[in-house]
Amino acid sequence: MTMLHIDNLNVWFGSGRDRVDAVKGASFDVGAGESFGLVGESGSGKSTILRAITGLAPTWSGRIAVDERTIEKTRARAFYKQVQMVFQDPYASLHPRHSVDAVLGETLQLHGFKDIDARVVRLLDDVGLGQKFRFRYPHQLSGGQRQRVAIARALAPEPELLLLDEPTSALDVSVQAEILNLLADLRQEHGLTYLMVSHDLSVVGHMCDRLAVMKDGEIVEIMDVADLRVMKAAHPYSQHLLQASV
Amino acid sequence: MDTLLDIENLWVKFPTRQGIFDAVRGVSFTLGRERLGIVGESGSGKSMTGRAILRLIRPPGIVEADHIKLDGVDLLQKSEKAMRDVRGERISMVMQDPKFSLNPVMTIGDQIIEAYRLHNTASKSEARAKALEMLEAVSIRNPERVMRAYPHEMSGGMGQRIMIAMMLIPNPEILIADEPTSALDVSVQRQVLDIMDKLVKERGMGLIFISHDLNLVADFCDRVLIMYAGRIVEVCDADKLHDAQHPYTRGLLNSLPRLNAPRDRLDVLKRDPAWSDAPSVSGRV
Repeated sequence: MTMLHIDNLNVWFGSGRDRVDAVKGASFDVGAGESFGLVGESGSGKSTILRAITGLAPTWSGRIAVDERTIEKTRARAFYKQVQMVFQDPYASLHPRHSVDAVLGETLQLHGFKDIDARVVRLLDDVGLGQKFRFRYPHQLSGGQRQRVAIARALAPEPELLLLDEPTSALDVSVQAEILNLLADLRQEHGLTYLMVSHDLSVVGHMCDRLAVMKDGEIVEIMDVADLRVMKAAHPYSQHLLQASV
Repeated sequence: MDTLLDIENLWVKFPTRQGIFDAVRGVSFTLGRERLGIVGESGSGKSMTGRAILRLIRPPGIVEADHIKLDGVDLLQKSEKAMRDVRGERISMVMQDPKFSLNPVMTIGDQIIEAYRLHNTASKSEARAKALEMLEAVSIRNPERVMRAYPHEMSGGMGQRIMIAMMLIPNPEILIADEPTSALDVSVQRQVLDIMDKLVKERGMGLIFISHDLNLVADFCDRVLIMYAGRIVEVCDADKLHDAQHPYTRGLLNSLPRLNAPRDRLDVLKRDPAWSDAPSVSGRV
C-alpha cells in the first residue's frame, strides 16, 4: 500500500524574471510503514518537497496523494491529522513563551481531543521526557529535549505520516543518537511512515529503507539503502556525494 | 618542533546569579606548526578556549591563565591597544557562520581591502590586486565580480571561503578556525578544508581547528584535544582517534551511525560524573 504518492511535482517561488524553480518534476512513492530519505546539498529542493506536502509552499503543480487521496490546494483538517512535520531547528520551532503543556494542549485541542490532560501525560512519556517537563518553557530545555517536545507535538494528532526535516542536524552527536533511537522506536510502536530529509548520508543510511538523491531540484536517483552501504550508486552525482561523505 | 603558542592553566569564568560558572577549567596545551583539533560537544568550552586566546571574551566574562605565550610573549600582559596588533596580524580567527561574520552593507572587495590595509601600508590599487590574488587562492571563480558583490549575494560555501581569504590576507602565524565548515555541504566542506590545508602547509602556519565532527577532525588534523565540561579529557594523534581510550571519546565515536556497519540501535552516551572531576590532561608536546 502506498502512503505517499508524488507524481511530477514542481515547486517554484517568485514569478517572471525572479522565478526560481526549486523542485522540477519529482516523482516517488513511499509505502505504508516505510522510511524514505531525501538527500542532497543545500538548495537542492529536498526541504521544499516537504514544505509543498504540508502546504507551506503554496505554488506547486503535479500530484500529491496521501493514503491514495489526492491533496487539494486547501487542505482539510483531516489531512493534518494524518500528516505532521518535525522541523530542523528545535530552538526556532517552539514558541518561547508557551510552556510544553500549552504547546501540546493547544495542538490536542485544535484536533478535537477531549481527554487532553491524559494525552499530554502520555505524549511526554512516549518521547521519554516524563511529567517533570510538563510545565517548563523552551529556554529551560536542552536542544535534545526541545526536539523531543517538537516530536511530541507532531505525534499529538496521532498521524500516520511524519515529515522529518533534518531532525538532528542542530544537535550534538551524542544527542543525535538518542533522538534517532527515539524515532526508530516510535515508528515501530505507532506503525508510522517517515519521509526524512538529511544532508548526512550515514543518518539516512541508519534510519531509512530507500532514498532519493536530489540535485538542482531534480531527483537524479532513487536507491536502496543496501546499495548505499556498498557504495553502489548509478548516477555520477550520487557517487560524488557518497565519496565526499565517507 | 618549534612552539608558536603556549597556554598554561587557562580558565574562563562567567559570574551568574547562581555563582561563578567555569566554562573552561585549567586547560594547558601548546601549538606548533601543525593542525591541532579541539573536539567536544556544545558547551564543552572549545569555542571559549579559542576566543580566550585572542582575549575576545568581554566583561563580565573573566579569562585567567598562568600564561598565554605567543613566541614567548605573554598575551595576558598586553594592553588592549597592543592586542589589536595581535588580532588579525599574528593570530586570526575564522568564525562558524559567514552570514553573521561579514559586514552586510559593505562589498566583499572593500572588506578584504580594509583587512589588508589595516595591517599593511599599501596603496588602494596594491591592496586591490592583493585581494584579487587572495580570492583566487581560495578558489573563487570570477573574483572580479565577487569583489563588487555584497555578502547576501554569496552562497554559504563562498561566504566561508571569503572569510578565510580575509583572515589570511594579513598573513598571520596562527589561524583559529571555529567550526569553519559546519554550515556547509559535504562536497563544499572538502574544498574549504583543502584550501585551508594548502595554505597552512605553504605558509607554515599553526592551525587550531575547533569542531564537533570527530570523523572530520580524525581525517584532517595532526593532533586532537578532546574536551568535556571545560577540561581536556584526552589528547591523541588524529590518525589514532578511532582507537581512543577515554570512555567519553569512545562514547562519542560509538554514537555515530556508520554506513558500513548498520545497527538497529545507536549507543547512547552514558555520562560519568568522574569525567568532569578528573584533572585536565595536558596537551603539551
